[in-house]
Amino acid sequence: MRKMGKRIVATLLAATMMVGLVACGGGADSSSTSGGDSDGGSSSSGDKIKVGIINNDPNESGYRTANDKDLKEMFSEANGYEASFAYSLKNDEQITAAQKFIQDGVDYLLLSAADTAGWDSVLKDAQDAGIHVILFDRTIDASDSLYDASIVSDMAKEGETAANWLKDQNLSEYNIIHLQGVMGSAAQQGRTGALDDLAKENGWNIVTQQTAEWNAEKAQQIVQSVIDSGEKFNVIYAENDDMAKGAVEALDKANISHGVGKDVIVMGFDCNKWALEELLAQNWNYDGQCNPFQAKYIDDVIKTIEGGGTPEQKTIIMEEKGFDASTITQDDVDKYGI
Amino acid sequence: MNKAKVSFNKQLLIPIAALVALALFNLIKDPSFFKIALGTNSAGAPVLSGYLITILDYGSELAILAIGMTLVTAASGGQDISVGAAIAIAGSVILRVLCGTNSRPDTLQAPIIVAFLVACVVAMLFGAFNGILVAYFKIQPMVATLILFTAGRSIAAWINNNELPIISEPKFGYFGGYIPGVPIPTPFFIAMICVIIIMLVLKFTTLGLYTQAVGINGSSSRLNGINPQFIKFLTFVILGLCVAVAGLIKVSRLSTINYSVIAKDIEMDAILAVALGGNSLSGGKFNMTASILGAYVIQFLTTTLYKMNVQSDALSAYKAVVVIILVVLSTPVVRKKLSQLGAAILPKKKEA
Repeated sequence: MRKMGKRIVATLLAATMMVGLVACGGGADSSSTSGGDSDGGSSSSGDKIKVGIINNDPNESGYRTANDKDLKEMFSEANGYEASFAYSLKNDEQITAAQKFIQDGVDYLLLSAADTAGWDSVLKDAQDAGIHVILFDRTIDASDSLYDASIVSDMAKEGETAANWLKDQNLSEYNIIHLQGVMGSAAQQGRTGALDDLAKENGWNIVTQQTAEWNAEKAQQIVQSVIDSGEKFNVIYAENDDMAKGAVEALDKANISHGVGKDVIVMGFDCNKWALEELLAQNWNYDGQCNPFQAKYIDDVIKTIEGGGTPEQKTIIMEEKGFDASTITQDDVDKYGI
Repeated sequence: MNKAKVSFNKQLLIPIAALVALALFNLIKDPSFFKIALGTNSAGAPVLSGYLITILDYGSELAILAIGMTLVTAASGGQDISVGAAIAIAGSVILRVLCGTNSRPDTLQAPIIVAFLVACVVAMLFGAFNGILVAYFKIQPMVATLILFTAGRSIAAWINNNELPIISEPKFGYFGGYIPGVPIPTPFFIAMICVIIIMLVLKFTTLGLYTQAVGINGSSSRLNGINPQFIKFLTFVILGLCVAVAGLIKVSRLSTINYSVIAKDIEMDAILAVALGGNSLSGGKFNMTASILGAYVIQFLTTTLYKMNVQSDALSAYKAVVVIILVVLSTPVVRKKLSQLGAAILPKKKEA
């Protein structure tokens, strides 16, 4: 009996270790480099520019998927780059990946930080090693002497463009359902702030203001709840396309018409291709762009630095559009859809 | 037999009491909560609408998951925390089969039933993976399912090459919406079919008895000729089947999928449904009806909170309060005090 007990313990231990191995394997995988191994590639590199790219998980959203694809296309061997990628949604794993890139001796470190804090020391190390740091998509809380350039979206401006568009519709009354993103994120703060300001100024009625956490299902439930309560509304301001889609599903169930010239105005953000197609079909009214195509801007900055110059501005704000269903064309869908 | 019946009723009391409390609260606050109207949807078909219908509609996935979760809890004395991630996988498989390699097909590449069956097989395989870890390697269920909990959503994304397929075929939306001409939401029907099936299985097979025997004492059930490992394994496979059904409803609701947020945190609600049904989370005896009722009570609570305009990111805090009350009420100390109190107030009823 005792022996059997020992055997079970041994099996258990072995099993736990296996699990540990699997777990470690998974962890290492997520932060390890893919595309071009830096050791193996050293013989073939030569005059290629070595870049280490730290990004968030491409599965996070359609935005990130498009962003990752854009970077991979730009920093290819054909364009004279040797790129290594590391993905994580966690700050500490990203920092570890950055340290590894510094040890590998990359020329440029491109960074979309998961969290704004905690980057000072590792960026200082990069600077000491003579590595240029370029931030994209997200800013960090660190002295701007630690990086060469930062290429970002202006979320507040995205919100303003959308809210001003709504004002220009000159509706006789405004009863708005406001679906927010994950509270505290830069996109949520920028897009909420602009609507809040204009609503206050013009006396718009906000029927409900709820966070659906970028989640279509939650948005559907929130809008369903307003419909069930019988309250009147004529605008849905959703801070991303997924939530707008969820809201529209709830409207369809209740036979409330939406789109151009209909009862409810539907507004979304991010310019997913399918969302722009909804605009083209006049089912939605407005979609605000959040530009994921930073690779070209980054490439320009690198070319400037390689040519011995410095970028004119440290913070480069990308051009972003807002699309109106009454003016959008198929070309826009193909060009700007992500 | 008589004794069993008494405990049966007692257990049902918990979710029913919670349901009555919620209903009373809403009745006092705003009686229009119970209004049900017959309208038409944008396709012109008649549909019922109102808060109660919303509860039946959105509570369905949870009720289906509660079935599997109850069995897993009873047999293994632990919970599967990977159901949300597994729903993402099942949903992704359905879309993958329907769309083929084109993420926005004009026509479906395969019949919906085929896609659903493939998803069933895949979800049951993942259930079997969890089941093997728990039953044969004797890993704590929560630890074993943590693997899939972490990796599941990435696997789901990988199945569709990180693309987000969208299905334009209106028929696919029937499962999460309405069948034309039927005014009651389809998810409710699907949930009821699952409930009827599991009730028949529990009545006419020994699954229920064996599951409870394994949960109460694995070694003594083995001495009585039951294979406890196989029973545990089987419960995880059944949960996998439930996951596939819930996944079909979820992806049908929106005709698309978002890997990182689909069925987010649903595992916690499913476990809560089991707890709310008065089932011991450490395994053993269970009451399926109570768990399913528990699932609808949770949706009742969620809908009530939405109606009151509670910030939706605070919903889980309210659910946590419910869990704390339940757990405290079920501790032996409180139970003893309560039964003493009950005996003091109603001495006669106990005699009768």
